[in-house]
Formats: sequence, structure tokens, C-alpha cells
Amino acid sequence: MPSPKPRLRAALATGAALFVLAGAARADEQHFPLQSYRVGPYAAGGTGFFGGFIDYLNLINTRDGGVNGVKLTWSEGETQYEVERGVEVYERLKSRPGIAAWNPLSVGIAYAMIDRITKDKVPLITINHGRTDSTDGRVFPYVFPLLLNPYSETSGIVEYLGSREGGLDKLKGKTIAVLYHGSPYGKETIPIYELLAKKHGFTVEQIEVPHPGNEQQSQWLTIRRLKPDYVVLRGWGVMNPVALKTAQKTGFPANRIVGNVWSNSEEDVIPAGEAAKGYVAITTQASGAEYPVLKDIIKTVYDGNAGNLADKKRIGSVYHNLGIVNGILNVEAVRAAQAKFGQRTLTGDEVRWGFEHLRLDEARVAALGAKGLFHSIAVTCANHEGDGRVTFQQWDGAKWSVVSDWIAPDWATLRPIIEASSATYAKEHGITPRNCAAEEAATHAAATP
Amino acid sequence: MNPDLAFLVEVLVGGLLSGVMYALVAIGFVLIYKTSGVLNFAQGAMLLFAALTFVSLTERGVPFAGAFAATLGVMALLGLAIERAVLRPLVNQPPITLFMATLGVAYVIEGAAQLAWGTQVHGLDLGIDDTPIDIAGILVSRFDLFAAAVAGLMVAVLSLFFRYTRTGLAFRAVADDPLAALNTGLRLPRIWAAVWIASGIVALVAGLLWGARLGVQFSLSLVVLKALPVLVLGGFDSILGAIVAGLIVGAVEKLSEVYLGPVIGSGIEGWIAYVAALGFLLLKPSGLFGLRSVERV
Repeated sequence: MPSPKPRLRAALATGAALFVLAGAARADEQHFPLQSYRVGPYAAGGTGFFGGFIDYLNLINTRDGGVNGVKLTWSEGETQYEVERGVEVYERLKSRPGIAAWNPLSVGIAYAMIDRITKDKVPLITINHGRTDSTDGRVFPYVFPLLLNPYSETSGIVEYLGSREGGLDKLKGKTIAVLYHGSPYGKETIPIYELLAKKHGFTVEQIEVPHPGNEQQSQWLTIRRLKPDYVVLRGWGVMNPVALKTAQKTGFPANRIVGNVWSNSEEDVIPAGEAAKGYVAITTQASGAEYPVLKDIIKTVYDGNAGNLADKKRIGSVYHNLGIVNGILNVEAVRAAQAKFGQRTLTGDEVRWGFEHLRLDEARVAALGAKGLFHSIAVTCANHEGDGRVTFQQWDGAKWSVVSDWIAPDWATLRPIIEASSATYAKEHGITPRNCAAEEAATHAAATP
Repeated sequence: MNPDLAFLVEVLVGGLLSGVMYALVAIGFVLIYKTSGVLNFAQGAMLLFAALTFVSLTERGVPFAGAFAATLGVMALLGLAIERAVLRPLVNQPPITLFMATLGVAYVIEGAAQLAWGTQVHGLDLGIDDTPIDIAGILVSRFDLFAAAVAGLMVAVLSLFFRYTRTGLAFRAVADDPLAALNTGLRLPRIWAAVWIASGIVALVAGLLWGARLGVQFSLSLVVLKALPVLVLGGFDSILGAIVAGLIVGAVEKLSEVYLGPVIGSGIEGWIAYVAALGFLLLKPSGLFGLRSVERV
């Protein structure tokens, strides 16, 4: 029988070895804390988005062994889409090592996190949503409303309606009614519709639907009296199917209703049944599972029983594909940052640099197996949205089909408004805007031998 | 007809038909309150649970009638379970305790519904065409007319039940004076169980109609918010009051939104019914048809 001392030494040595190994394992991991919502009123969207995000991270780990050997990990905290819970999850998970970025998919939670992530120097990704003025990376260095902010969405919808009429000039004299959710989110685009109406000569009538929007008879009767050429639906949750059903009741055709980015999912149209047939909605990513990256996920992840969606029929749905695109953007930002800082676990600030150098042109998107799934992105220090393109899809009662080209919003008109808003924010918060040109020059100088 | 007048009539009719839908939810509250004095905040969750159970069964291939019968059974059991496990142990507790208990029950039912049937939203087609009927230039929803007929039928059945059946008379006796009813040999627990079962059945009917209107999803439980001003206005213990107040609330909401909205800002229908109900409360605290409580001191 060995004496206690050698046994103790052996135990200590083993413990130390395990500690070193564990440290080494952590050093090769990049972590994504997820403030997900899998129960509660918005669970259908949450399970789709976070399911798609996790499926893509899983694909990268299983197929590629991680990003250049760095494994991707994640942990989830349930928020039920509530801001207080989102903040609580942030505080609980923020001490995890190697956090790459936060992706809450919630306007309220994102707003509550801005000061925190700026202090903690970790990127906050608000794909397709969030504060519009956070597009200005000079004032919001850690916030990224990737692909689409609310103002670009508004412009994209107007550009599309112009294309349906045969040109933007043909919108002159037309009437567009905007039916918006009675919340700060719903009201955010009111001045932009007014601006674009003035610019293109159409009349805009903006009508509020009180939260949650389960009763819209009076709004649609008002619309019936106005006789608009189009109705833009800026909805959320139950408001969307109720809008489509009430439109049918009041005789307004579905193909003249255009939904915004939070009115564009299967969950918005299926409850409306027949009333949703012909309805059109904007999107930054096409739905369907025919894209190579989706096929890879099915083959590598789902066939290996590691898929995140409980119902495989939801693979390729709008929220699932949004989660996958979000996964691609996060992973490619990590890859971009690794190219500069090395193939190791990166700090949040290093990943922020990666997001600011996220350039995926059409060729690179195709190489990632996502040709047709989304168009492209080019994020810079000053432009955290990244000039994403939008397309429009139409519901046929069973699936969405793309019915437009990829459309570029009118960024030139919107940028001065965004900069004015971000300048106000900077003044209120005592922020000195970054000098992006100087930062880029310094980066190039450091890279030049 | 003058277009402005036609529009006014259309708004009014739309409001009245919406009000019938609110009344459907309110009736579930009234049933429980009338016999046990409990404001059952779980009524919305019961409605969600009923619709979700029904639609999940039909999606699994169960025929309409079978799914309806099975859901009826489930709702009866749920009502019975709530009465047995939550309300009966709390008998003789202050009303606020019972109210808080039903608040807790609401959360449990909502969680259980998602646990049992998942979080996906569902369409619910009851086979009623929802294209509008044009009556002299006024569009009226077929579905809303159907819902109004169902509500009318339900009120008639419940009124007959309360007036002419032995159990119905027992319900009224318990509502009037529980202690006196007990002294006459009525078995209160059995009556309370029966009324909770009835409330579950009302939740099923309301759940199906609201589910067909909104889709079957979590926010279905929020329709209780539409029933609260109806209850205040009509009285918590009057089925007829629920119907009349539902019509008033629906009409006030729609007329205010359309005619006052442009003046004071749109989106007012979310709160205008509560303003009307609060104003009415100051004038007649027991509601339009509610029984005035008189205590001898």
C-alpha cells in the first residue's frame, strides 16, 4: 500500500495537469452566450432563430473542427423576450471566458445592453433590428445592426413599391398607409416614411395599432375609407395575422400589403390561413433549404441527431435561415479577426475589429454555400450595418417565394439623418466620435513591414 | 345611403360584433365569480389551453368532432383539477388570496400548454368563410356574425340552465348566500366543481372562436385584457351584463378610434374602454347588471 504522501503528490500532480489541460482547452474556444427565448409569447421566433444560429455553429465545429481549430461554444439563458431577464442573463454569463459577441434578437434587451457592452468591450449584434443610429460605428463602436436597420428597411420597401409601379417617379400621387405596432419599435420609422413621401411625392397615412394588436377592425375600416394603393405592415407577433385577416374582412387585397422584416415569417402568415395568400414581405435572407449551407447542416448536423430544431419541418424557415445567416456573419467576423490577431481565442474587442472588417462579397457568400440565401455585406468602422441588400417574398399559402431582385436601400438619403441622430447621442453621453480614417491608417501602418 | 353615414354604421356594426367576442371571454369570468366570488384570472390561460389542445389534436389527424369531444373532456378535467387542488384548500380565504391563486394558476397553465403542445403558432380553420357580406354597401364579416350567433346561443343556454335546471338553481342559491345554501343541504364542493367544469367548456368555445380569429398562439391568453372593462361595466355576476357591456365596449372602442383618434392621436382603443369602465365604476360600482352588495351592520 503506498504511503499517503506519494498518493497526495500524485493527486496534486493529476489535478495540476487537468487544470493545465482545461486551461488549454479553454484557450482554443470562442464562446457565444445566447439570451434565447424558447418559451413565452415569442418562443416560435426564438426557437427558429437561436436554433439556426446553433445549427451553424455546430456545422462549423463538426465539419471544419471549428474556426481554424478554435472550437465554438455557446450557453443559453432563457429571457422569455423580457428585458429584465435579458439583462440578468447578460450579468450571469458575461464572465465566461472567450466571449465573441452577444446576439439577443430583441430590441428591448439590445437597448438595455448598449452601455454594458460598451464598458465591457464586447460586440452586440442586432441583425435586422436595433437602434438605427448605431449604424454609425464612430459613436457606437461595439453595436452592429448588421444587414438592415429600420431606416434602410423603410427605404427598401419604398424602392420595392416604386419598382412595382414601374419606377420611383410613378409613386407620385399614390397613397401608402403604414399600419404600425403601438410601441417605440413601431413608431421609429414614422419620420422616415414622411421624408420619403415628400421626396417621392406620395401621400403617407400612418395608423397605430395598440399592443398586442389582436383587434384591428377600426384601423382597417379607416384604411378602407382612405383607399390606399398599398398598405405597409410594420407589425410584431399576433398583430400580423390579425392584420391579414381583418384586411380580408374589409376587402383589401393581400397582394397590396407589404410586411416589414418582423412581419415576414411563417408564424405571421400561417395563423391567417387563406387571408395571407398573396401577401408580400421584405427579407434580408431567402427562405427554403435548397442552399448548399442548408444541405450541409441537414447532412452534418441533423443526420447526426445534433440539430437544434425539434421539428425538422422548420428547417429553412424564415427565422431558422435568419439564425443561420447570423451564424455565418459571426463566424466570418471571428475568422477576419483571427487573420489579424492570430488563430486563438480572441477578446471581445478583437472580434469587434473582425466585425468592422467583415467583407463578404457575392463570391465569398457563394463559397460559404449561401449564394441566393443572402446577398453580401461590407461592414466598416463607420458603417456598422454593412450595406445589406433586401429582397421581397410572397406567401402562396404553403411557402414563401422570392418575387424581386436584391434591392439596395437609399443609403445616401438616410446617412445624414443617422449621423445627426448619432451626433446627438454622442453629445448627450459625452462621447467623442472615433476617427475611422486615422484608425484604418494606423492598422495599415502596423501591418506594413 | 350617404357614404359618411354608411361608414358610421359600418364602424358601429364592426364594433358591436367585436364586442360580442369580448363578451364571450367575459362570460367565463362571470360563471366563476357568480358562484364562488373568485375573479378567475386564469380564464385567458384556460382559453389558450383549450384552443391549443384542440388544434394540436386536429393536426395529429383527429377528426373535428373527436378533437372537440376530447378537448371538452380535457377542459372539464382541468376545471375540476383547479377547483380540487387550488381553490378548495383555500376556501374561506380572503378574495385577494383566491385571486392571487388564480394568477399563479394562469402561469402554470400557460407553461403546461407550451410544454405539452410546443411553442409553434397554428392556424385554426373552423370552416367558416371569412369573406365579407355586402349589405347595402356595408361590409359585415361572416365569421363575426357566426361568433355573435354562438355567443347568443351560449347566453340563451346558460340563462335557461340557471333558471330551469336543478343544478342551475343550486348555482344561484350558492351565489346568493353560500351559508344558507349549505344549510339547505346543497353540497358546495360539488357545485363549485361543476361550475369550474362549465367555465372550462366556455373557455373552449371562446378559445376556438378567438383562435380562428388570431391564430392559436401564446398571445391568445391576452384576450382577457379585453374582457376586464366588459366585466367592470356589465357587473361581475351578470351573464346578460357581460353581453350588453361587451356590445358597449366594442362600439365605444371602434367609434373612438375612428372619430376621436385623428383628433387626439391614433391607438386610443387600447385604453379608451378602460376609461369608459372607470367612469362608469364611479357612477355605479356594481356595474350595469351586477347585484348591489348590501351588508347589515
